[in-house]
Amino acid sequence: MDDFDKFQGTNKYIVSEALRNDVNVAIALGRPLLVKGEPGTGKTLLAHNIALGLGKQLIVWNIKSTSKAADGLYVYDTVQRLNDSRFGDKDVSNIRQYIKLGPLGRAFASEEQVVLLIDEVDKADLEFPNDLLNELDEMAFTVIETGDYIAARHRPIVVITSNSEKELPDAFLRRCIFHYIEFPDETMMERIVRVHFPDIESELLQASLKKFYDLRKIEDFRKKPSTSELLDWVQALIVGGIDYTAIEKEIPFISALVKKEQDMDLLVGGRRSKATPNVYRRYY
Amino acid sequence: MFASFFYTLRKHKVSVSLMEWMTLMEALSKGYAFSSLTNFYYLARAILVKSETHYDQYDVAFKEYFHGIETPEEIANQILDWLQEPIRRLEISPEEIAQLEKMNWEELMKTFEERLREQKERHNGGSRWIGTGGTSPFGHSGRNPAGIRIGGSAWGRSAVQVAAERHFQNYRSDVVLDIRQMQLALKELRQLSRVGPKEELNLRGTIDATCKNAGELEFIWEAQRKNNVKLLLLMDVGGSMDPYAHLCSLLFSAANSATHFKDFKYFYFHNCIYGHLYTDIELREAQSTNQVLKTMDHDYKVILVGDATMSPTELTMVNGAIDYWEMNETPGIVWLKRIADHFKRCTWLNPEPPRNWIHPTVQMIGRLFPMYELTLEGLDQGIKKLVAAS
Repeated sequence: MDDFDKFQGTNKYIVSEALRNDVNVAIALGRPLLVKGEPGTGKTLLAHNIALGLGKQLIVWNIKSTSKAADGLYVYDTVQRLNDSRFGDKDVSNIRQYIKLGPLGRAFASEEQVVLLIDEVDKADLEFPNDLLNELDEMAFTVIETGDYIAARHRPIVVITSNSEKELPDAFLRRCIFHYIEFPDETMMERIVRVHFPDIESELLQASLKKFYDLRKIEDFRKKPSTSELLDWVQALIVGGIDYTAIEKEIPFISALVKKEQDMDLLVGGRRSKATPNVYRRYY
Repeated sequence: MFASFFYTLRKHKVSVSLMEWMTLMEALSKGYAFSSLTNFYYLARAILVKSETHYDQYDVAFKEYFHGIETPEEIANQILDWLQEPIRRLEISPEEIAQLEKMNWEELMKTFEERLREQKERHNGGSRWIGTGGTSPFGHSGRNPAGIRIGGSAWGRSAVQVAAERHFQNYRSDVVLDIRQMQLALKELRQLSRVGPKEELNLRGTIDATCKNAGELEFIWEAQRKNNVKLLLLMDVGGSMDPYAHLCSLLFSAANSATHFKDFKYFYFHNCIYGHLYTDIELREAQSTNQVLKTMDHDYKVILVGDATMSPTELTMVNGAIDYWEMNETPGIVWLKRIADHFKRCTWLNPEPPRNWIHPTVQMIGRLFPMYELTLEGLDQGIKKLVAAS
């Protein structure tokens, strides 16, 4: 029980009670924590702040469409060895010097417990998560070329993020603790903004939040503005010294919030939508 | 007693596995719920529910199971009691697992029957009898091959029987199509060829060349292998296809989200293809079929999806189209023939089970296109046909 409730959030990152609980359950049970949620709700930042909050090192593994599970463990640099054998003056009989540990391998080999972030796992091939199952279960693997057995001294705290671009396999899901980061409501958002800008005037904060949530109500937006965009925008407002009354009439620095050309057309052109006529009328 | 929460969840279609349940037990036995119902709520949700789309079902199940329990103290004692209950960690015999599976199936059946009863009361006589949602795997049974709906009270009973049979099959052999399985099946649809800059080291080639070069290193580089397959999906969205709308949308999203095709195009049609194909499901945005045939290369792989069941006149007669405004001067079968001739590789996926393929128009279309059932197995076969050496 004493090792529970480790993670409490950090002074730059506000967590909901549910998320805090889920993080601690994942840590206590030694299971990977799978985090989903709208873009910009702080999925990736969560791992950074777990590491920060617990004072642990963070290892990031950014997944791309070409990533393979085996790359996360280690890579055997055959080309380098071939090159050294021909031109180098090194002794190439020691294969170990050509084995380079990947992010997962480094997390296992680390002397201390680390936080491992597997970012955007759904970017990779469909079979990618399945290929990781065994290693994540056992927290160990063997380097085939040398026969070295690498086992985790301390189970790393694994955080996996997904944008739901692809469905994840059931066998993989069964092993994870799952948390869906909901979009923060206005009270929560107020806390989040205050953490980043402690000195913000209340009027400005209220006015910008109101505008922000109005914008999010427009159903036809290709990309709704998210938390990170709100923070950028608020920063622009503060730096630009914008008066809060100005926000009520128009939206200064709109490009910080609305990123797609079509959405901008929708807003500026004032094309009406059947779904939310009232919201549009304000922007004519 | 607590084990029945497991079944309450499963009843509400939250697919909890035994493994996840054991994890929850482990967490509870370590006291992570802190004797509070709220903590237990989040704890169980994080461990048992793996998709936000199931959160709602979880809430419903949770409410159903725990309603009336308010105070934290009570729940603490209850959880302790439950831990003494039959499902203990790591002590499940194969017989018990078998029993679990059996009960689970009955549970599912019960839900299905309930839903069926409910639907009958609400939609009696409607055209979308068993809807397009989660129950659609059962849905087709009520319709006879020629597409004539049978009314009356005996209908429901036979549908239950047929559906029960089908569901059992699917459950046993695990061939219920979901989007992931379809994606996997579609992955087979590839023809790899090397394109782009030469930046990948061909190890075998390098060794060969180096040996030939008397040990002087000679690097061989080659381009990455890329999938060259272009896919054209033509889907029937006619009235008789309504029961399969869910299945078809699964196939569509699987194909649409697949990133490994060089090109993916899709059109819709109603019952049969005539002079126009449509880019939207409401059949408003039309493109002339001739134009499509002209602009698309022969090497597109074509998947047609439809029940191929219509009145024979719709297929063979001038002006036979079901939509009067189509006014086709060329019979549908000729248009289909043109498509079959233009593209080298076509396959037809029929959501109706093969026993219904005795209908004359299915027969005729089946002679033009190799026809497979729209199941995982049929999809696999159809795709094999599409990539077979051309």
